[in-house]
Amino acid sequence: MMRHLISAADLTRDDAVLILDTTEEMARVSDRPIKKLPALRGRTICNLFFEDSTRTRISFEAAEKRLSADVINFAAKGSSVSKGESLKDTAQTLEAMGVDAVVIRHSASGAPYRLATSGWIDAPVINAGDGTHQHPTQALLDAFTMRRRLVGEDALGQDLTGKRITLVGDVLHSRVARSNVDLLHTLGADVTLVAPPTLLPVGVEHWTCDVSYDLDAVLLKSDAVMMLRVQRERMNAAFFPTEREYSRRYGLDGERMAKMPEHGIVMHPGPMVRGMEITAEVADSDRCTVVEQVANGVHTRMAVLYLLLGGNEPAVSHARPTDSENK
Amino acid sequence: MDTQHPQNQQDPAHPDAARPVLEGPDIARVLTRIAHEIVERAKGADDVVLLGIPTRGVFLAERLAVKLEGITGRKTPVGSLDITMYRDDLRMKPARALGRTEIPGEGVDGRLVVLVDDVLFSGRTIRAALDALGDIGRPRAVQLAVLVDRGHRELPIRADYVGKNLPTSLRETVKVQLAEEDGRDAVLLGVQQTAPAGEQ
Repeated sequence: MMRHLISAADLTRDDAVLILDTTEEMARVSDRPIKKLPALRGRTICNLFFEDSTRTRISFEAAEKRLSADVINFAAKGSSVSKGESLKDTAQTLEAMGVDAVVIRHSASGAPYRLATSGWIDAPVINAGDGTHQHPTQALLDAFTMRRRLVGEDALGQDLTGKRITLVGDVLHSRVARSNVDLLHTLGADVTLVAPPTLLPVGVEHWTCDVSYDLDAVLLKSDAVMMLRVQRERMNAAFFPTEREYSRRYGLDGERMAKMPEHGIVMHPGPMVRGMEITAEVADSDRCTVVEQVANGVHTRMAVLYLLLGGNEPAVSHARPTDSENK
Repeated sequence: MDTQHPQNQQDPAHPDAARPVLEGPDIARVLTRIAHEIVERAKGADDVVLLGIPTRGVFLAERLAVKLEGITGRKTPVGSLDITMYRDDLRMKPARALGRTEIPGEGVDGRLVVLVDDVLFSGRTIRAALDALGDIGRPRAVQLAVLVDRGHRELPIRADYVGKNLPTSLRETVKVQLAEEDGRDAVLLGVQQTAPAGEQ
C-alpha cells in the first residue's frame, strides 16, 4: 500500500481487499464493551478541515480515538487561515509540532496531493474529500457496505466481481461518484452512471463505467443503487429545469425501488435531501443502508489509519501475521 | 519465517536442515494429555473457554475442544484471539494484516480462559494476549497451553500445559506444521543462519 491515501484510483485490488478485510475486524471491535485498540497509542493525528463537514470529521475523530491516537482538530474557520495563512505555512506548523498524520478536507481539488508531494510535511496524508475530485474513504466504506450486504459478512478476501452498481444523480459535482467508479471498477463490479446530461462531466466516456439517462431500465438489474446528493452549493448555473422535474426522472421513490431485484440495496453518502433525490419512504426502508454506511465509515477509517500508521511503514498486501515471530 | 528472509539459503522444511521432533501421532498424544490435564486442574472443565492465538493456536484449540468433549461429554466453547494490535513491536515493522478475533457467545467473564498457542518463546505474544483479553472481559483465571516451549523467555511468563519442552539455542528454529494449514502435522527443529535474535 502507498504511504498516502489521496485517490481511490491509487489502490490496487489487493490493497482494497486488505482494507475491506481489516475493516471487517475493526467492525467486530465495535461489538465489544471496550471499543478501543492500542494500535496508534502515542501518535498524533491532525484533522485539517478547510471545508465544513461534520459527518466525515467526527467519523475520522471516532476512528482515531478508537485506535488510541491523540487527535488535533483544525477547522479553517476562525483560524489563521482566515487571516491569510497559506496551506504551506499550516503544513509546516503541523510538521514542527510533530504530527504523525494529516487528514485533510479541502474545497480545492488536488490540495491533499499538493500537501503529500510538496515536501512541506513528512507525515502520511489522508484525503477526506477534495473539491470535486476524490473522497477515497467514502468509496471504501461504500464498497465495504456493499460487500457485507451483497457477498455476506464472511466475505474475507473477496471483491465485488459481477455485482452491478448504479450511481444516480449529480455526477458532475460528486467526488463520491468519481471515487466509487474508480474503486468499484478495481474491485470487479460493473458500474453504471445515471444522470441528466447536464450533470455529467466532460470526458465521462473515458471513465471505467457505463452511462445511461434512463433510471428505470437500469434499476431492474442493479444489485445496489447509490443516490447522490444534488449539490446545490456547487451549482452556479441551471443544470435541470425544476426540482420536480429532476425528482420525477432521477429521484428514487417506493414505486421505483420495487423494480429492483429483491436483494438490491439503496445507498446514499449523506446528507440526504428527502423529497428530492430520495423519498422518505425509501430512506426509511430496510433496504436503505445510510445508517450502516455511517457506522461502517468509522470502521473503514480505522482500517485505513491502522494500515497506514500502525507499523513503521504502510502494510503490504501479503502481510499476514506470522506465527513464528517473537513468540 | 523463511519467506521473510530470502537471504536465508537454508530451507527449514528441508529434511537436511530441519529434523522433526514431534510428528503426527506424537502431537495427537500430547494434545490428549493436555486435555486430561485441563480437566484435572479445572476439576471437570465446566467453565473452560479455549482461545487460540492465530493461526496455528486456533487449530490447536479446536483440536483440544474435540478432545475435551470426548472426556467430559460436554462442548467446550472455543474461539480465537488476535493479538496483532497489542504487540510491543507493532511500530518496528510494517503494519500487519489482522487475524480473526472470535469470542464464543458465552463470553469470557467469570470463566477459566485457556490460551492456546503453538510455540512459547519470548513470552511477548502471551503478554499481548493478556492485554487483548483484558479489553474483552474479565475471566476468573487465565491459563496457557502450548505445544512447544522452546525457552528464552524475555518476560515473567510460563505455560500451565506444555506439549513438549524443547531446549533450544537462539540459532535454532522451531517450526510447527499442522494439517489444517500445512498439510501435515510436525514440529521441526532447524538451524537459522542469518535471522536476527528475537525471531525463531
